[in-house]
Amino acid sequence: MKGTSALRMPARTIAALAVALMCGPAEAHLNATGMGPIYDGLMHFLTSPEDLVPVLALGLLAGLRGAPYGRRAMFTLPVAWLLGSLVGLSGALVTVGTLWASLWFLVLGGLVVADAKLSLRSMTALSALLGMVHGYLNGTGMGFSAATIVATLGLAAAVFVLVVVVAALVVALRAQWGRIAVRVGGSWIAASGLLMLGWSIRGT
Amino acid sequence: MTPPAKHRSILAATTLVAALWAQSALGHILQGEAYGFLTGFLHPISGADHVLAMVAVGLWGAQLGAPAIWVLPVAFPLVMAMGGMLGFLGVPIPGVEYGIAASAIVLGTAVAFEVRPALVIAALVVGCFAIFHGHAHGTELPAGQSALLYSMGFVIATGCLHAVGIGIGTVHRWAWGQQLLRGAGTVVAAGGVFFMWKAFA
Repeated sequence: MKGTSALRMPARTIAALAVALMCGPAEAHLNATGMGPIYDGLMHFLTSPEDLVPVLALGLLAGLRGAPYGRRAMFTLPVAWLLGSLVGLSGALVTVGTLWASLWFLVLGGLVVADAKLSLRSMTALSALLGMVHGYLNGTGMGFSAATIVATLGLAAAVFVLVVVVAALVVALRAQWGRIAVRVGGSWIAASGLLMLGWSIRGT
Repeated sequence: MTPPAKHRSILAATTLVAALWAQSALGHILQGEAYGFLTGFLHPISGADHVLAMVAVGLWGAQLGAPAIWVLPVAFPLVMAMGGMLGFLGVPIPGVEYGIAASAIVLGTAVAFEVRPALVIAALVVGCFAIFHGHAHGTELPAGQSALLYSMGFVIATGCLHAVGIGIGTVHRWAWGQQLLRGAGTVVAAGGVFFMWKAFA
């Protein structure tokens, strides 16, 4: 069946190109789908490095510790983030600038660099605290409405996906250099946190 | 476990589709955010004095082998961030340009002569010079740009330059590679002398 296998690749490539070129309309505001708030929440998280990087760092840390830690973080963090956001929706606006984020960068980045041997309970507490604090800060900035309640689901979904993907990728690392690369990444996060701390102090 | 060829081709096709799939246009992202990252990222790369010193850190780490190969690139950004913090805060450090030039001279010389100090000494040498590099980055944050993304940009660029040095340094396993690295160290040190001369001029 040499001929058949020779045809397979071009057919797949053609199919892939056809799908790739099948551009849908660019819906900037998603009025038509009603999914706008979900994407608002999702994109808010993905375009906010002060939220995204601590979650990335927690995912790295959980991955370094192993699969049970990853599983614990992947459920605790999004749930805490969702609860924190929902509580924050009716809370007063809190302006902390980048101070909180820089502290999280420093703490979580430092733990990744040190490959800290945390207990499962400590990982759970850390995940819950990160989720509650950042979720609350997100919520207070959004204000209470039906749309923002839906947006919190988008936020929590994005947090869940990121922590799952990062932790799973790190857990799967077997080579020693891979784990070292993760720890070097942690040092970059901690260094960014230190810089942000300086910036926050200057701001205040 | 390596996936079979059939799965690899499906994976490649899926990746291609995902990469090319047109997504919704997001009309209201924060303005100027990406500039902060790009400015920070380009800052260490656009200065030859920074590039020479960062690459030399990687080269020296590769010569020294484990654990220095990863301890030095971890120590450097952390201490550099302290220098950057001082720069952000407006705390002056005298002779920053001299310090940066001296870093290229000292690190280049260490690579050229394959100096092998204790790990702590190597980390201290690298850390001392990192302060000057960080301070230079910190004081040059352009107004109106995101400090967070600027910081992340220059930390990541610095790490990438270290990685380039480590990558080049992998030739150390061969005899000709060891000579090549020594030659590279001499070039770095010569560059440092040039920048020192410029700083005094």
